[in-house]
Amino acid sequence: MKIIVPVKRVVDYNVKVRVKSDNTGVDIANVKMSMNPFDEIAVEEAVRLKEKGVATEVIAVSCGVQQCQETLRTAMAIGADRAILVQTDEELQPLAVAKILKALMDKEQPGLVILGKQAIDDDCNQTGQMLAALADLPQATFASKVEVADGRAKVTREVDGGLETISISLPAVITTDLRLNEPRYVTLPNIMKAKKKQLDIVKPEDLGVDVKPRLKTLKVTEPAKRGAGVKVPDVATLVQKLKTEAKVI
Amino acid sequence: MASLVIAEHDNQSIKPSTLNTVTAAAACGGDVHVLVAGANAAEAAKAASQIAGVAKVLHAEGAQFEHGLAENMAAQVLAIASNYSHILFPATASGKNIAPRVAAKLDVAQISDITKVDAADTFERPIYAGNAIAIVQSADQIKVITVRTTAFDPAAATGGSAAVESASPVADSGKSSFVGQEIAQNDRPELTAAKIIVSGGRAMGSSEKFHEVLEPLADKLGAAIGASRAAVDAGYAPNDLQVGQTGKIVAPQLYIACGISGAIQHLAGMKDSKVIVAINKDPEAPIFSVADYGLEADLFTAVPELIKAL
Repeated sequence: MKIIVPVKRVVDYNVKVRVKSDNTGVDIANVKMSMNPFDEIAVEEAVRLKEKGVATEVIAVSCGVQQCQETLRTAMAIGADRAILVQTDEELQPLAVAKILKALMDKEQPGLVILGKQAIDDDCNQTGQMLAALADLPQATFASKVEVADGRAKVTREVDGGLETISISLPAVITTDLRLNEPRYVTLPNIMKAKKKQLDIVKPEDLGVDVKPRLKTLKVTEPAKRGAGVKVPDVATLVQKLKTEAKVI
Repeated sequence: MASLVIAEHDNQSIKPSTLNTVTAAAACGGDVHVLVAGANAAEAAKAASQIAGVAKVLHAEGAQFEHGLAENMAAQVLAIASNYSHILFPATASGKNIAPRVAAKLDVAQISDITKVDAADTFERPIYAGNAIAIVQSADQIKVITVRTTAFDPAAATGGSAAVESASPVADSGKSSFVGQEIAQNDRPELTAAKIIVSGGRAMGSSEKFHEVLEPLADKLGAAIGASRAAVDAGYAPNDLQVGQTGKIVAPQLYIACGISGAIQHLAGMKDSKVIVAINKDPEAPIFSVADYGLEADLFTAVPELIKAL
């Protein structure tokens, strides 16, 4: 079976972003970009399934600007076999990405699509669920363990009180949580090999998908700043301040 | 038009996250209806009818709802969705699982984790781990929303007297089934609803130390225990205690961070706490930049001292 892994190019998770002074968005010019951390976990899981003989081919997909090719090369260096870039300069929202992925699913007929649970830029946590809905497939979100056997996937999910295990029929959509696996380091020889792998570029129009944003961002602002705190010299002062000044205990 | 809140419940009682979501729904204008879909959930439906401000409770009964599988829950919501202008879920693991499925089927954008309702079509939500707030406007007929529960006060759990109507249940999708669960045993207050949270990071050193040091302090304060991702990844604490961008978002009256450096991802989950106390031996730790009270000390001596002083 084929596995499709959608990956997103986002601002590196260590970067503290700044809001633009005209409040139109955050300033991402000249900021380090990388693959969304949850997507790395998704690629790793797909590659492990291939190494176990469950999957035959792993296809990495990214939607967005031309530079997303770098993200796809990283996915191929981890072990994806080939890649597809759906290139557009439009701002893409989860519903549009889910529609693009649905169109690619129709074409490629994968047995599984593995996505990250959320992207660390828009913090939406929607695309996987939306894709499952559009394709009318079962979903297993926030996965911390995946076992594929007999046309079904047994997935352990991270839920609020602890863990929950469900069984879903394939094809299906899975989204990864942090503890699913530890993504491997990309080695130099594999980076070189990834350069030779196939990377196709298509446009959303070729897939018949309208990617116009549905939500309008009116403004992006800085969150309220916290007032400067104080350092206390010892535990006694701390307790006294909590009791008399902050009155929280 | 009315708003629909999808209740989170354990078939007997309504979870607190539902109460915060009702408040957000009321802010959208119009009547507030609550959907309780579950197995033997009559008690939960009754509890929902007593929430102040709720005009009607819809009770869908069936074994297919017992474990809240997304396929069945989303289908049930879709069956009644056309009667509503707003459909709101708490932004919990369950709400986040179901809401986008509903939105995609309705062909509308979903608005995640709102922290404020500016108007019936305009909402505020944090992006980039809470480092920016986006104000977004939706032109969709039906707004599908998840609500950050810590940003809205809970509606009163009693005082309402809504009628309970039964909704005809949808059939089981047959695509997914529940296998089992491992719910962490916990006598402490629930993390997201606790007034005081005591949280530990990598500096705790081991699982034994984590419990040995933090539990007496939490007991003394009647607090819930939280953890940073580093502590969870190192195996010191179970992952449902994780506070941060990808864990739970909390906003207690008092948050005590012990041995937590204060990475952006952790701050995203707790910086709306009313008072933050940091205990850390590294004077350069970023946690001190958000802490109201910082104590530069070794937590293994400071925490026991703190317990004694309380």
